Amino acid sequence: MKYVDEYRDPRLARSLLHEIRQTATQCWVLMEVCGGQTHGLLKSGIIQELEGVVELIHGPGCPVCVTPAEAIDFAQELALRPGVLLTTFGDMLRVPGSRESLLTVRARGGNVRLVYSPLDAVELARQNPSQQVVFFAVGFETTAPATALSVLQAAQLGLDNFSLLVAHVRVQPAMEAILQSAECRVQGFLAAGHVCTISGVTSYEELSARYGVPIVVTGFEPVDLLLGIQDCVAQLESGTASVSNQYQRNVRDAGNRHAMHIMSDVYATADRPWRGLGTIPSGGLVLRPEWRQFDAEYRFQRPTPTLLIECADCRSGDVLAGRIKPPACESFGTRCTPESPLGAPMVSSEGACAAYYRHAPKSGPHAVSITNTGR
Amino acid sequence: MCLAVPGKIVRWLDHDPTFGRAEVEFAGIRRICHMACVPDAAEGDYVLVHAGIAITQIDAVEAQRVLEDLAILNDVDEEHAL
Repeated sequence: MKYVDEYRDPRLARSLLHEIRQTATQCWVLMEVCGGQTHGLLKSGIIQELEGVVELIHGPGCPVCVTPAEAIDFAQELALRPGVLLTTFGDMLRVPGSRESLLTVRARGGNVRLVYSPLDAVELARQNPSQQVVFFAVGFETTAPATALSVLQAAQLGLDNFSLLVAHVRVQPAMEAILQSAECRVQGFLAAGHVCTISGVTSYEELSARYGVPIVVTGFEPVDLLLGIQDCVAQLESGTASVSNQYQRNVRDAGNRHAMHIMSDVYATADRPWRGLGTIPSGGLVLRPEWRQFDAEYRFQRPTPTLLIECADCRSGDVLAGRIKPPACESFGTRCTPESPLGAPMVSSEGACAAYYRHAPKSGPHAVSITNTGR
Repeated sequence: MCLAVPGKIVRWLDHDPTFGRAEVEFAGIRRICHMACVPDAAEGDYVLVHAGIAITQIDAVEAQRVLEDLAILNDVDEEHAL
């Protein structure tokens, strides 16, 4: 596939690995923000190849993983109400709420339908006027323009049977929360490339300057990931800390103004609890009051959240905050597997636990090498 | 979840600011994508598509420049290895 295969070239990846090893005089600690990057780094073997040169801490960039259990519980409750069709992305289906997942709710009669796009949910609402179609809107800035557009389309079509259960989160406040933590070891960030297609590059400048950390916008293929690491390491070695863009084919400095206009028309920022990280100031999006008729929280009365009991055997909170790597959890790969997950990071295609379970070498640090694969 | 796939715009179907759509080809497979966020992209251009909507237009010149720079780096490395 054009614009993918070229960035999986093992020869170019090897040159970049060589450059990084030549540049680094000590082992630098970087955080890749997006779970898609975590998978790319493990699958290509970059983490193992750079052992002792760069340590990668895996960031909280898995929207499914950070969605609070009470939001999932409410989605499940809606799916069981007569006349409601709950739609969402496939990633959400097996994520555990406080008691069960949407998959088990569907098995006992809940009306849950997977869609590829929130705009498909609008089309379902148009075709099924007798049903209340709710889209469970999860995701970062990458996804928020699509869900915002679904509201604009539903409004223009005059649909009174479409609404959003909004659980969108914003990446930048979460990065700041990580930097503020007393135990933070992160010396540089690989910023989430697809989030930046929307929000741009320049918005990170204040964060980089305030905390003195390099922030490099980075893509997902092996060559993209290595370009991001190389830039970060070069900055750290020269004692500088600035924002740079190693994903310029897809990311403009100012982001996508059309997408940001659609988002700001529909959403406002709000404080938001992140699973594993606690409440993050301005860490989420909510529908503006003028779009309240499309807000599932307003249309359907939300029950008082039950006291949340996270599974004691699951350390997903520590994994999401970058405090431990998945294999350090006692349940990893034994009581907790993708087939029978205890926590969300083992379920999602972007979760760090699932990435280790699928891609980490089973023996020896260099059992996987740069191969002609990617995400 | 932030997975996005590059595809080539085959033809625009509708230029409406909210309902704009185009046919986009991904490795031989054609899908209809929403285009509200890339209204200026033209047929033949590549866009990155996520959750059914194009989120950015791919800069072909920039993509080529990075690969050329890397090819030079690779040549230098191989010369040193000889």
